[in-house]
Amino acid sequence: MTGQASPPAGQAAAAGARHRKSVGWPAGRAAQAGLIVLALVAVVIFPLAFTNQQVSTIAFLTLIFVCAAVAWNLFSGYSGYISLGHAVFFGSGAYAAGIAARDWHITGTAEFALLPFAAVVAALIAVPFGLVALRVRRHTFVVITIAIFFIFQLMAFNLTGLTNGTIGLNAPFLLWDPVSFDQRFYYMALVLALGTVAISWLIKGSRFGLQLRAIRDDEDRAASLGVRAMPVKLTAFVISGGITGLAGALWFFFINQVLPQSGFDPLFDLTVALMAFLGGLGTVTGPMLGALIIEPAQQYLTTQFSNSYLSQILLGALFLAVVLFLPRGLIPTVAAKGSGWLEQRRGRQDVPATGEDGDGGADGTDAGIGSPAEAGTSAAADAGSGDTSAPAATSKGPAS
Amino acid sequence: MTALLSTAGIAKAFGGVQALDDCSVEVQEASITGLIGPNGSGKTTLFNVITGYERPDAGQVQFAGRDITGYAPQRVFAAGIGRTFQLTRIFPRLTVLENMIVAAQHTGDGSRRFRNPLARAGGAADRRRAMELLDFTGIAAHAGKLAGTLSYGQRKLLELSYVLVADPAIVLLDEPAGGVNPSLVNQLSQRIRELNAAGKTFLIVEHNMEFVMGLCHHIAVLDYGTVVAAGPPSDIRDDPRVLDAYLGTAEDDDEPAA
Repeated sequence: MTGQASPPAGQAAAAGARHRKSVGWPAGRAAQAGLIVLALVAVVIFPLAFTNQQVSTIAFLTLIFVCAAVAWNLFSGYSGYISLGHAVFFGSGAYAAGIAARDWHITGTAEFALLPFAAVVAALIAVPFGLVALRVRRHTFVVITIAIFFIFQLMAFNLTGLTNGTIGLNAPFLLWDPVSFDQRFYYMALVLALGTVAISWLIKGSRFGLQLRAIRDDEDRAASLGVRAMPVKLTAFVISGGITGLAGALWFFFINQVLPQSGFDPLFDLTVALMAFLGGLGTVTGPMLGALIIEPAQQYLTTQFSNSYLSQILLGALFLAVVLFLPRGLIPTVAAKGSGWLEQRRGRQDVPATGEDGDGGADGTDAGIGSPAEAGTSAAADAGSGDTSAPAATSKGPAS
Repeated sequence: MTALLSTAGIAKAFGGVQALDDCSVEVQEASITGLIGPNGSGKTTLFNVITGYERPDAGQVQFAGRDITGYAPQRVFAAGIGRTFQLTRIFPRLTVLENMIVAAQHTGDGSRRFRNPLARAGGAADRRRAMELLDFTGIAAHAGKLAGTLSYGQRKLLELSYVLVADPAIVLLDEPAGGVNPSLVNQLSQRIRELNAAGKTFLIVEHNMEFVMGLCHHIAVLDYGTVVAAGPPSDIRDDPRVLDAYLGTAEDDDEPAA
């Protein structure tokens, strides 16, 4: 019914937009694909090239944090609910694996069968956690997650029968030589990290991801349009928690020990959030980039100065700097700069043409609404680089 | 003529302020009905009561022969009442097209009982319909842009477009012309007329008298939360009660019309 009423001008405009896209894309796509392949090759051969234990330890921990930051982002970044309690899942995953290995007498490589178990435990913990915390929004949500985090840390300290209290738990012993030990753990963490990135990417483009992002922008409006906000938020929270728990268990097997203050570490919460903020909240690649920058830097500083306070102070300073100077994160900022530069170079300054209300036809009261927008685009396409803004600006004047 | 949407004796108080008092409005099927009145006369509150954002203290809302009083907003929307807001409520960090697809929860690809949650958002049918509507409202060229980058008037058009995605039986527009430049207002009323010709019903709150008088078949005037006059535009224009409501009279000061 509405379709036939649409003016052909609108279609022309849409076609114009499509045409414009096709100009820049093939080269960009190829470059992108090439970069991804290159990066994959690099991360696969990395542990073969660098067998130094200090390096491989940092590499493994970095991958664990890539996984944790991307998992955090697929809930907090997409939904806008900033969680500072994800260490609950990390620690629970580690403790679930540790307790199960102890109580069920699991030794050697059989411990890896506990990884899915750890993920399930963390996901199950995310259900009541989410049902309580997701009833409130924004700042209140952040505070609730911190409170729940401390409840879990206190439990780890005090439920000594289950957790061994301050003594902590040890992982089953593995009979691997140091080099292959690090390499195997590296590849397991790599698979986990890549899988998490893939899940995050799938969710972002999906209907579920769109619902999450709509909730981030205006939860009540989304609900009124039929998005069932609570189940959507809770599902993302559970997925995110489960993956974080899996990462926690793998970390525990590598480190060989979990203590209440290392499994349930408040710094973990801040670090993961900072990684996502630095790279770009709500983007697929941002949190990954953030983790690749922050974790090696932090580990390097810790080992260099044998004083972890320095890296903590720098971490805090970096957090402030990101919030103040890079609120959107690296990826979106660079992308905006890059596309702005490309637009300028091509002389397609869309900005003045789109800034108007579609009121290009000054007295075109009966004209199809599509036509002014199209006039704007075609003007931008036809005119040379310099004088593009002039006609659009003058046509805007008398109308508004 | 049957009333598609009607309210009967709606009352709503906020603390000591009686925002609506025995408010009864009828919207005929396939009509364009205007709701006018001075600031604070309860127009937006009535919208909120109808669309489930406020619960009335008394009275009923009837829609298509059903009592929908106290329905939650999503049930009202699913029942076939679309609504735009005075201050537009779009999703600024989604693209224009994504905004449209969010609104398609109950239609097209979104209406299937079992669906793959990881399927790409918006199937081909949803996208086609969304682009048709964007073409219709004239913002199709901006489909790939973040909605937050649109101008105020374009946002209003986007909100109207995505409300139309669900193909509601009636659309409630809260000040669609407010703050929009005059040429766009004309285009907007043209679009509303076309949709109305195709059978869609409208209830419009608006302060722009030219817009209301030119567009509406029927107008209800609210003052102090109650309907003081109702009828075709020609009657309303000259009704002394309407002039009173807007301009006030010497006697008006002692007591609000109860």
